[in-house]
Amino acid sequence: MTQRIPVVENILNANDRLAEENRARLDAAAVFSINLMASPGAGKTSVIEQTLPRLKGRLRVAAVDGDIATSLDADRAAAAGAGASVQINTGGECHLDAVMLRGALDQLDLGLFDLLLVENVGNLVCPAEFRLGTHKSILIASVPEGDDKPYKYPGMYRGVDALLINKIDLLPYVSFRMDYFRRGVEALNPGVITFPLSCRTGEGLDAWVDWLIEQAKQAG
Amino acid sequence: MHELAVTQSILKIVLRHAEQAGAKRVDAIHLVVGELSTNVDESVQFYWEIIAKDTIAEGAVLHFRRVPAELQCMACFTKYHPGSGELICPKCGSVGAKIISGEEFSVEAIDVDEQEPT
Repeated sequence: MTQRIPVVENILNANDRLAEENRARLDAAAVFSINLMASPGAGKTSVIEQTLPRLKGRLRVAAVDGDIATSLDADRAAAAGAGASVQINTGGECHLDAVMLRGALDQLDLGLFDLLLVENVGNLVCPAEFRLGTHKSILIASVPEGDDKPYKYPGMYRGVDALLINKIDLLPYVSFRMDYFRRGVEALNPGVITFPLSCRTGEGLDAWVDWLIEQAKQAG
Repeated sequence: MHELAVTQSILKIVLRHAEQAGAKRVDAIHLVVGELSTNVDESVQFYWEIIAKDTIAEGAVLHFRRVPAELQCMACFTKYHPGSGELICPKCGSVGAKIISGEEFSVEAIDVDEQEPT
């Protein structure tokens, strides 16, 4: 005889529980952590490369890089001054999840660091749905991607705590309507702090780094 | 794109609840999927057939109940369905809305059988 059993369980529950465990570990070690998300080529690794030298002597930083393959990004983070750098190869998965971050945390001596930079897999869809346990979610948009991205990827834009708009040095060369872009962002995520910047020229980077340091201090 | 991980999670939830109920077979699974959830029904179905093989949930039918997206304007409190290309309130033109529904993604119920399949 067939019987209906009510379940009512969120499908991502298991991931969310592990994310909470990751957060507890980070808190216990007084490590502030951010989850950097963006589409491929928006400049996640470049932002890390530009951010690390500016944090030198102010925060001790570890980096975790998620990619489908290769350790190119972790190598770049290490070269830019990360105190430790762990590469997670997702082997085809389109996002990092809490289990993968837990594996990376196991490889780090968290007591040695103040800040953990987690670079997610380049993707504007899936990383939004999988919480990692990091303290803040940061999205890096970039001018050549186009101004319609908030409208096309609302899940990503509405869930972040800060938005970097990279490659603003290209504004004169591409048709990117900043007003239209910002209106979409504001609709989804009212009042979210934004940092227009260019990793190539260095413009705007100090404001972002100051904010990051301030956030880490408040958390610590 | 991440439907494999999601489907594995569904299977875990289903098997745990079926076991608790002492079920011998799972006939159907009722899923709730919000319009704003990025998971694709067809992909979940595709992976399901592969990963549920040789479990008591093999052959279970997946039912998807879609929940439409609904936003509420935080200026005039009008509730509306988001259109494409613009995300402003259709009544007052304000930006800034709260999501009322559309993000659901859960297992709502399972239909189980206490008899061995014949």
